[in-house]
This record gives sequence, C-alpha cells and structure tokens, in this order.
Amino acid sequence: MSYINKPKVAHPSLPTNALGLTRRQYEGAMSTLCAGCGHDSVTAAIVEACWGIDLKPEQLAKLSGIGCSSKTTAYFVAGAHGFNSVHGRMPSIASGAAAANRELTYIGISGDGDSLSIGFGQLAHAIRRNINMLYIIENNGVYGLTKGQFSASADIGTKAKKGEVNLTPPIDPVLLALSLGATFVARSFSGDKQQLVPLIQAGLKHNGFALIDVLSPCVTFNDHEGSTRSYTFTREHYHPVIEADFVPKASEITVDYQEGQALSVELHDGSQVILRKLDASYDPTDRSAAYHFIETKIKNHEYVTGLIHIDESSTTEFHTLNKTTKVPLNRLPFEKLSPGNAALQKLQARWR
Amino acid sequence: MEPTQTAEPDYFHKVVDCQWACPAHTDVPEYIRLIAQGEFTEAYLVNRATNVFPGILGRVCDRPCEPACRRGRIEDKPVAICRLKRVAADHRDEVAQRLPRAPAKKNGKKIACIGAGPASLTVANDLLPLGYEVTIFEQFGVPGGLMRTNIPAFRLPVQVLDEEIGYIVSMGADLRLNSPVNSLRKLLDSREFDAVFVGSGAPKGKELELPGRRDTDRIHIGISWLESVAFGHIERIGERVLIIGVGNTAMDCCRTSLRLGAKDVQVMARKPREFFKASAWELEDAEQETVKIVVNHAPKSFVVKDGKLTGMMFDKLEYDIENGEIKATRELGEEFFPCDDVILAIGQENAFPWIERDIGVELDRWNVPKVDKVTFQSTRPEVFFGGDAAFGPKNIIWSVEHGHQAAISIHKFCQGEPVTARMPRGVTLTSRKMGMHEWSYKNEYNGAERRLVPHVALVERFKKVNIEVELGFTAEQAALEVQRCLNCDMQTVFTAKLCIECDACIDICPVDCLTITPNGTEGELRARLKAPATNPQQALYVSAALPQTARVMVKDEDVCVHCGLCAERCPTAAWDMQKSTIKIPHAIDEDATCRS
Ligand SMILES: Cc1cc2nc3c(=O)[nH]c(=O)nc-3n(C[C@H](O)[C@H](O)[C@H](O)COP(=O)(O)OP(=O)(O)OC[C@H]3O[C@@H](n4cnc5c(N)ncnc54)[C@H](O)[C@@H]3O)c2cc1C
Ligand SMILES: Cc1ncc(C[n+]2csc(CCOP(=O)(O)OP(=O)(O)O)c2C)c(N)n1
Ligand code: SF4
Ligand code: SF4
Ligand code: SF4
Ligand SMILES: [Mg+2]
Repeated sequence: MSYINKPKVAHPSLPTNALGLTRRQYEGAMSTLCAGCGHDSVTAAIVEACWGIDLKPEQLAKLSGIGCSSKTTAYFVAGAHGFNSVHGRMPSIASGAAAANRELTYIGISGDGDSLSIGFGQLAHAIRRNINMLYIIENNGVYGLTKGQFSASADIGTKAKKGEVNLTPPIDPVLLALSLGATFVARSFSGDKQQLVPLIQAGLKHNGFALIDVLSPCVTFNDHEGSTRSYTFTREHYHPVIEADFVPKASEITVDYQEGQALSVELHDGSQVILRKLDASYDPTDRSAAYHFIETKIKNHEYVTGLIHIDESSTTEFHTLNKTTKVPLNRLPFEKLSPGNAALQKLQARWR
Repeated sequence: MEPTQTAEPDYFHKVVDCQWACPAHTDVPEYIRLIAQGEFTEAYLVNRATNVFPGILGRVCDRPCEPACRRGRIEDKPVAICRLKRVAADHRDEVAQRLPRAPAKKNGKKIACIGAGPASLTVANDLLPLGYEVTIFEQFGVPGGLMRTNIPAFRLPVQVLDEEIGYIVSMGADLRLNSPVNSLRKLLDSREFDAVFVGSGAPKGKELELPGRRDTDRIHIGISWLESVAFGHIERIGERVLIIGVGNTAMDCCRTSLRLGAKDVQVMARKPREFFKASAWELEDAEQETVKIVVNHAPKSFVVKDGKLTGMMFDKLEYDIENGEIKATRELGEEFFPCDDVILAIGQENAFPWIERDIGVELDRWNVPKVDKVTFQSTRPEVFFGGDAAFGPKNIIWSVEHGHQAAISIHKFCQGEPVTARMPRGVTLTSRKMGMHEWSYKNEYNGAERRLVPHVALVERFKKVNIEVELGFTAEQAALEVQRCLNCDMQTVFTAKLCIECDACIDICPVDCLTITPNGTEGELRARLKAPATNPQQALYVSAALPQTARVMVKDEDVCVHCGLCAERCPTAAWDMQKSTIKIPHAIDEDATCRS
C-alpha cells in the first residue's frame, strides 16, 4: 500500500502510439499489492504490451477471479471493460462474454490458486473449448491473498515461510495446457519484461486460447531461502529456450535473424511472431516434442521459458466451432434477439 | 561506468538545481518547505544565512535559480522561487534578536570596505561576528549602492533596503557616509587597516558618441539619470522619450520615465527580440505599462534643431539568423523617431580614477583589476575586490557571493593563513523515512500551475514614482505555489546490495527515471535507459553491480520529481529518501576550524 497515487506527471518525451496515447494512458488505479510483488511487474508488462499494439482501451475486456493476482485487473488500462468474478470462475465469465461479443479482446488474469485449485475444471474447459482469449496465470506457488499457503503449483521440497516442506506433487500449467491441446502456450518471468511483453502481444493477437504462465514471486510469503519460487531461485533456474518477437501487421521486420535460428509464424490478423530459438533442437510447433522437453527440464528444476508451443492452423477455435454471432449481442436488433412468441412456439414444436 | 560517488558534496548539490544555480547557494527547497509550514521567520533565516538580503532579493533578484528549476523541465514554468522568498520576508516576525552579533571583545584587526553596496555589506556581515572592526566608506549620503541609487523604488521600496542594511550596520559597522575614497594609496599608507575590500561597483555608464551628442542637454546616461531620480534631483521628463538599449537598465529607465510625465516611451533595440539582454519578466512588466519595444533599429544621429532635440535618426536593419546566430545584416534605409529626451542605457564599465597605478594593484587595459577568481585577492595581498568592481557588472546575488568569498580570504589573510587553504563544501544525508511508506516531507506531486503575482492597477501605479508595483503573493497563492516545489533535496539514495531486482521501482516511477541494465559506457547507458537521458548536464546515478544478475541500477537525475514512490514500492528499502544538506562554508565556519 502506498500513501500517494502515482502522479499524472510524465516524462516530457514520452512517445505516443498510433492512437496518440502514451503508455501512461494505459495505466489503471494505484496498486494495493505488497511493494515488490511480481504481479505488479506483470501489470507493467501488460500496460506496455497494450500500448505497443495500439489497442483501444475500450476494446479490451479484463476478467479475473480472486487472489492478489486477480486484483491486478484494476491496475491496468483504466478505460477497459472489466469483470471480477468469484474464486476460480473467471473462465466461465470469459466464455460467456466472448460468446456474446467476439469483437472485444479478452484478457483473463488469474493465480495459481485461482486456476489450479478451485478453478481447475474451469481452466481445463476453457482450454478445451479454445476460447479466444489471453489467459495469464501469475504463478507464485502460494495463495498470496490468504497469507501464503502452498498452492497446487508448489514444487516438491519447497519450503513455506515458516519452514513447512511441501510433499504433494505440483500441477504444471504448461504441461496441463499442452496435454489439453492449447494452441498457444508460453512461460515467462515477471522480472523479464523483454521476454514477457512480446509474448503478451502475441497472445492477445492469437486466434484461440493463449496461456502464459508467468513466474511471479510473492515477495511477502514466498521469497525466502528454501523456496523454489523466490526471485533468486527463479533467476538461477530460469532457462529461456525460445524468445518471441512480435511484429505488428504491415510493419517491416527490422532485426536480422540468423539462418535456421528463427522461425516466423503468421497470426490470423496478419501480424507475425518471430521465434528465436536459443536451443536449436527445439521445435515449438511440435506439441508432443514440446511436452517431453518441458517434462524433462522440470525434473531438473529448470523453468523453460519463452513461447513453448504455437499452432495457428488449429480449427477448434471457439467462435468457428460454435458459429457464434459475428455481430455482438448488444448490437443485434431487438426483433432478431427476441423473435417473439410465434418463433418460440415453432422452436418448441421441434421437441414435441 | 564506475559506481557514482555520492559522498562527493557536489553530486547531490547538483541535483538541487536551483541551489546549484544560485551563486550564493541558497537552500531553496528547505525555505520553501518552511513557508509551507507557516515558518516564515525560519524561512527568512535560512535565506539570510546565504543570500543576506532576502527581502531585497525576493523582489529584484536576477533569479538564475528559476531557469534551472526542475519543475520547468516537466511543465511550462518553474517554481516562483524568488517571489516565495519575498513571502518569507513579508510575513516573518522580528528577527533582530536572532541575527549574528559582534562580540564585545574585538580581535584587533581592522578592515576597510570601499563603497556601501551589497558586496561590501556582505563582507561586513561576515566579518563583524568574528570580532573584526569594519569601516565602510561611502561617497553618497545613504548606503546600498546601486540597489538604492539605480533600482527604482517602484521595484524595491526604501524601507526594505533600510531594514536589511540596518541589520548589518547595527552589528557595529563603522559606516562613514559622504566619505569618498579619493586615493587608495593614501588609505593604504595610513596603515590604519589590516585589509581593504574594494566594493565600489562599476559606476560608469557607457557613452554613445554620434553626431549631435553634445548639442543638447536632453540626452541622459541611464545609470546617472536613475541616480538623480533616486536622489530627487530629477522629477520630470519630456512627453516623448527614446531609450537606447534593451538591457535591464533600459527597462528601469523606460518605466521610470512613465512615472515622471512621459506619455510615449519607446525602447530602441538594434537586434531582434531573441538577442535581448533584459530578463523576460522585466520586458513583460514594461510592455504591460505600454512601453513600446522597437527592434532592428541602429542609432545613427541625434537630430537637434535650433539647440533643441527633435528626435533621432536610425538605420533600419534586417538580419539573416540561423540557429540563434546572426549570419548577415542589411540596411534598409533611415528612419526618424521624434522625441523630447533620449536615455542611453547601453552598459556600464569599471572606473577606478582613485586607484593609483603604481601601488601594486594591477588593472588591465579596460580598467578591470586583476583579481583571483576564487580568493578575490588582487595583486597586492591586503587588497581584495568583489561585486561589480571585481569582474564588471553582474547583479546583487553575485555581489553577495563575492562578499562571502572575500570575507573568507580576508579572515585567512588576517590570521596569517594561506587564502587558498579553504574549507571544502560538505554534504550530510538523513533519511526521511517515518513509517512503511511515509516520509517526513510532502512527497505528493501537485499539478498546480505557477501563480501570478498580483500587481497594482495601471492607473494607480503612475501616481507617484515610488509606488511598489508588485503586491506579493496572497496567502492562498503562496500556499499553492510552495506545493509546486519538487523537494529536490530529498534525494533518492540507493544501496545496491539490498536490491532483489523485482522492478517495482522501475514500474512505479512516473517519469521513467530508473532502469536496470547491463553496465556500459556513459554513452551506452544514456541511450539504453527506459527514457533516453538526453540532458548531459544532468548526471546518471550508477549503482554497484546488483547481487542477483550483476546488472546495474541507473537513475537519470534529469526529471525526477522526488515523489519517493521508488522508495515506497521497494520491498527491501534499497531506495531511501534522504534529505541532503549542502554545507557551504562561510567565514564563520572557517573561524571555527581556525580555533579548534
Ligand atoms: C539600473 C540598474 C538596475 C539593476 N537592477 C538589478 C536587479 O533588478 N537585480 C539585481 O540583482 N541587480 C540589478 N542591478 C545590478 C546591481 O545593482 C549591481 O550588480 C550591484 O548593486 C553591485 O553591487 P556592488 O556592491 O558591487 O556595487 P554597487 O551596488 O555599485 O555599490 C558600490 C558603492 O560604492 C560607492 N563608491 C564607489 N566608488 C567609491 C569611492 N571611491 N569611495 C566611496 N564609495 C564609493 C558607490 O557610491 C556605491 O554606493 C541593476 C543595475 C542597474 C544599473
Ligand atoms: C470460494 C472461495 N474459496 C476460498 C477463498 C479464499 N481465497 C482467496 S484468494 C485464494 C487463493 C488465491 O491464490 P492465487 O490465485 O494463487 O492468488 P495470489 O494471491 O497468490 O496471487 C483463496 C483460497 C475465496 N475467496 N473464495
Ligand atoms: S501477498 Fe504476495 S502475491 Fe499478494 S501482493 Fe503481497 S507479495 Fe504479491
Ligand atoms: S523519486 Fe523515485 S519514483 Fe519518484 S520520480 Fe524520482 S526516481 Fe522516480
Ligand atoms: S524496488 Fe527495490 S528491490 Fe525492487 S528493483 Fe527496485 S531497488 Fe531493487
Ligand atoms: Mg498464487
């Protein structure tokens, strides 16, 4: 908690995006999280990412559940729509909202507790349904908001603040997403915005469900020695394999990429993700290979980060599969939304 | 880059841009905070400790602090530092009891000051408390120098002058009025004094020898004319007046003319506006009083018919200007301007007719004495110079600073110590942390715009020559204006070994001052920051290598608003807000070390 709000004053040479907005205009309310919480850095990365892709603030819908992580939707893009659901129920709200209005860009913010315990089933089905949204898990290995109990992502052997050792095997959200057929799976770290910002941008543009598991240390309850989710431990076991550069539609690729090291994937709106492989043997388009790679690395306590898997050719995207309305419900004429008693009778007659 | 040496006194001093720019290094943010707390007397005393004349300077200082003010970098206008000084002076209680006093027992050394301008008065102010007997010789019947004889009373009322000069004289200075020094040789030969300080100013107004100059008595030299007005020798001027020159003297001449009956006053400038010497606010005040400023006219001749001045002939000029430099000048023909009087305000010079050239005090070709820039000692060891007399015309606050430095030298000289062995400046830092996220200063940024000082209505102010035009801030205005100060002395102090590189400070900084990045050369770092650091005048604060990644924390001091949020959001208190107090040594401090 800070006593003052972040003042509106800004650097005089702050650049503006195509909409004439500065990064500061994508901020939200002052954070009430603990000073040094990784979640605040993720928020800053989201601000940077949305500004960078010229997203209209009113074009964004922010959805979340309960937890310190889930609180953060209040701290970015004040001009966006938002819904703070009950614990673990954000995926349902997101599915409903997406079905009703496919024109908005959806970003869901959740925690490891919100997503892997109470909301586990919800998350699984959102992935399976391939809802067109970016789903960020701010993963700190604990229930931060309720004072640091182990969450379902806590590693075996990690120590709680008071010394208790976790013996229950963890759920890894990346492996979960790969096994359920997610078409965009990434992992990153709150302390690496250079990696995180383009991942968020690509995730927002991906057609279908995009998951980013962000290692985001809880500075208050899980940043001590013996914890496997502290800033120090994360930095020591952090293993970027594949960096993504996001190139917006119709802009030129200005960086030189080395032959064989880079791979370009076109997203459905024409923008591109350039994947830079730091490990030449790794193929992010091969889902089962990715699964095995990650699984092996986890055994060695290595956090593989980067865009782990991407598949732009999938045909299971929610709107395509379910033939949802192209025109948002709130813009359909009343007669179409509510065709009247005669039409209802006709419909019901089909089951009589 | 190597880690920044913040223990070096100049480092944090430079961050307090106003204090750094002030020749006397007035502790600006400290007195502004005191005003905010309603501690006007304390605020006055903080001022007086360095600038000696807060009431005077709060009205007429050249205010080099304001263009330097950090606030001016993040929005249009700097804090009204100068006019807040006046607030402290206007609202304070009686301070006589709290000023330094001269000891009853003298130290046996006698000092002569020539001239009773701000430079000499400062020397007296600094030396009297140390037990020196100081005699001030002044040619006129009143003390104050140009502050009294040239700065018009509508800008600086005599009561203010009398009071602040009085504080010094009543400490026990032997002020000898109507006592011109006509021979320095005689003074030195008398052996009455252990040291002599020359604070006689730059009293000679420059001439403009053009055809017609000597054919009329209606052409006046600006500084002498203002002096005659101040002494009541001149009470009227013609209806149409031309002022030649466009510096600050010209501004005082044109505005004074309006108060002596002139109706049509034009200031004639040779060059375009961007080359004017006058301060922007002086021009603004003059133009508000209906003075016309005519650019691109070079004086050619004075036109005198039958012994009567009828006007002046000018060459009209046109310039090619590139990047603020004149590349070519063309004459477009003559133009006649009718007038009844002309006032020449084209500069001042040193003149020392009373300094013999063979007494070891060397002057150069232009009558400028050879004076050491640090010690103010002349080529004759017991003779010191300061103020306009030392390096030509400057302003009051520079005269004060010269006075402080000369006083240190005189003290050293009289105590038989080398004048060059001077105390260095110092800095102390104290944390302002009060609670988890609370600081003992108001760190919240206030977006208020600069307040405008209310002025006496135009019709009223011309009724007499000495009606003070500026009324000073109202209480409400002052209360808001003080909140514009960014507290630049509340320094962000970093401890590298505590940092866990969580990025919290970087994310929260409203002006993108902070970056964690691999180390590099200054050029590399400046280009690599979150907001590129393009102002090379402002330092980069570079930390030691950070524990986790060996990168460095870099702060661009340029536009920091000292909001303290970096320190508030830091989980490990790696950033702390600490008040820097810059210790500027004066003669009294040197005295303390001499004794210990
Ligand atoms: C028109 C005008 C307006 C100005 N406005 C401002 C302003 O707004 N703000 C600002 O900061 N500065 C202003 N200045 C400049 C400022 O007044 C001077 O820089 C400052 O007063 C210099 O101080 P000083 O002590 O060196 O000398 P002075 O103020 O010039 O004082 C010298 C004194 O020495 C006396 N003297 C000279 N020779 C002898 C002698 N042989 N024996 C005895 N006494 C002698 C003189 O009579 C005089 O009293 C202005 C100057 C002018 C001309
Ligand atoms: C239905 C319900 N059950 C339990 C809780 C208590 N609760 C609040 S937040 C939370 C866990 C949050 O953990 P996580 O999602 O990891 O968020 P973090 O605070 O760690 O960011 C729990 C169990 C609740 N609010 N509602
Ligand atoms: S408790 Fe942990 S997760 Fe919650 S705000 Fe504090 S540091 Fe962040
Ligand atoms: S005090 Fe800290 S947060 Fe505030 S402007 Fe300065 S560096 Fe940025
Ligand atoms: S907030 Fe503190 S610990 Fe975090 S990066 Fe900044 S200085 Fe380091
Ligand atoms: Mg959590």
